[in-house]
Amino acid sequence: MSHEALSTILFLIFVAGTLGITFWASRNTKTAADYYAGGRSFSGLQNGLAIGGDYMSAASFLGIAGIIALSGYDGFLYSIGFLVAWLVALLLVAELMRNSGKFTMADVLAFRMSPRPVRTAAGVSTIVVSIFYLLAQMVGAGALVGLLLGIHSEAGKIWTIIAVGLLMIIYVVFGGMKGTTWVQIVKAVLLMAGAALVTLIVLGKFGFNLSGLLGEAATQSGKGEAFLQPGLKYGTEAQGIAGKIDLISLGLALVLGTAGLPHILIRFYTVPTARDARKSVQWGIGIIGVFYLLTLVLGFGAAALVGSKAIAEQDKAGNTAAPQLAQKAGEILFGELGGTILLAVIAAVAFATILAVVAGLTLASSSSFAHDLYAHVFKRGTATERQEVVVARIAAFVIGAISIALSIFAQSLNVAFLVALAFAVAASGNLPAILFSLFWKRFNTAGAVSAIYAGLIASVVLVFFSPVVSGAPTSMFPDSDWHWFPLSNPGILSIPIGFLAGYIGTILSKEYNAAKYAEIEVRSLTGLGAEKAAKH
Amino acid sequence: MTVQHDSSVYERIQAGERFQELRRRHRSWAFPMTVAFLVWYLLYVLMSGFARDFMSTRLFGHFNVALLFGILQFVSTFLITWLYSRHAAAKLDPIADELRAEEEAK
Repeated sequence: MSHEALSTILFLIFVAGTLGITFWASRNTKTAADYYAGGRSFSGLQNGLAIGGDYMSAASFLGIAGIIALSGYDGFLYSIGFLVAWLVALLLVAELMRNSGKFTMADVLAFRMSPRPVRTAAGVSTIVVSIFYLLAQMVGAGALVGLLLGIHSEAGKIWTIIAVGLLMIIYVVFGGMKGTTWVQIVKAVLLMAGAALVTLIVLGKFGFNLSGLLGEAATQSGKGEAFLQPGLKYGTEAQGIAGKIDLISLGLALVLGTAGLPHILIRFYTVPTARDARKSVQWGIGIIGVFYLLTLVLGFGAAALVGSKAIAEQDKAGNTAAPQLAQKAGEILFGELGGTILLAVIAAVAFATILAVVAGLTLASSSSFAHDLYAHVFKRGTATERQEVVVARIAAFVIGAISIALSIFAQSLNVAFLVALAFAVAASGNLPAILFSLFWKRFNTAGAVSAIYAGLIASVVLVFFSPVVSGAPTSMFPDSDWHWFPLSNPGILSIPIGFLAGYIGTILSKEYNAAKYAEIEVRSLTGLGAEKAAKH
Repeated sequence: MTVQHDSSVYERIQAGERFQELRRRHRSWAFPMTVAFLVWYLLYVLMSGFARDFMSTRLFGHFNVALLFGILQFVSTFLITWLYSRHAAAKLDPIADELRAEEEAK
């Protein structure tokens, strides 16, 4: 049996299993709290795994391992930003948000401000961020199927995008938060197990001598010791000072973006208390941290055992480094058959990874559409719970369909920058609004609306006029050139713009409600009046 | 499902000494720590961009300063996570539980 066929069978088993979970979850999803927040009945460990499942995208599994395999050390810079970012969520956001919000990011902002403008801004930002992220994942899925399953035709890519999109719609429409969370838990366990197995084989091959592995990686990369040092990919000496500023700009967006990503924030509502939210972030940090340490070994292992040249021949971006290494590792242990099996397992895990992440994004954006825009902006809070959930399900279907269409349109374009852009918008617009809401007494509607729109618009405009969209061979539109902003990452400018806009908007408006501030402050720190878990 | 409390309840609790102490304990730990780990992380990013000779210094075998610095970011993240959970359990949870229980018992 070929590895493609085996991969497909394993992936279908995953799909069958998760669909089973989804239908079980749909029978247990009755109220709005069930649909949006899984009845708030997940444990800290379960939600911690789901946080890992939501966060560890194919971009971070295949992408980071690939960057390390081709450009060495610089891939590590990405994973460190992704991990340290969780401390912002742990110390400043997770527990307070669990206590003061209900279903969406906007709940926290609308708490003490004029609900309609604030919910409109937060809803728009949630949907934009989620769709950017979604597009990057789905276009990635189309490219992966060619690399992993040997389907290289255009039609094959398009059908893969459609299949991934349809599955994600089914998970979200029927399973809601409960189904989506379980899909993420299963995926996180499979991904960790797969990555750990390959890592162990690689380390075993080098007699658990890390320095030996690094030395071999440096040699096989063809770049020598420079492969183990920063500077081959980000802020290279050839790019000069602009490249180095770009590196800092990327680092800022990564470390400040996570705690502003809507699909991550709504995970804090799925547990019964703030203390469980804290526990789930602690588990999440442990799982994500170990995972990134594993990808470090996978990346250097792929360079050492497969060789950077052989990886670049398969895929210029290195996305096949981890699967190629899995094949090699399987061969080391069990010969050719072992190689086929392990390659098939890792390829199937990669698809499971994509599915779990896109489901989380669709849920976040459709929840915000239904709860913020439909129920509170259009219906001014008069919609019933039942109506809201029906609209959320329709929205999941529509957003899913739009994403499929956009991804098919974008599949031949280089849209990998959209992940970094999503982080930049989250850090520049959402994070200032959330932090000011929770900690700044004087903050008001004008401030919240200014922060979100300024952060969102600044990030998108700067990226639109940057070399990632036009004017470079690697651009989305390589044949045109309208760029004037020199950096690929807008964070270094857009993040201060977002915070400053929040400050200026606030002081220019006289609005201030002491009673509401007392309520959010007491509620967020003590949990008095916070939403309780559903009793089933 | 959600118990509604009169807004004056929140203002009364907010003005109380124990709540002020809870708020102080939360902020005086979380704010400086956030500044500390952000500075520590930015130092790492800056050195990766501007101090490459130093980062490339070999420590033992093929293991260099850049790898050590990267691993230390993991260590500090795990350490701060653990310290925060200890701080929260010892200094924050008891006051929060007490204030909430008193009000819910009424």
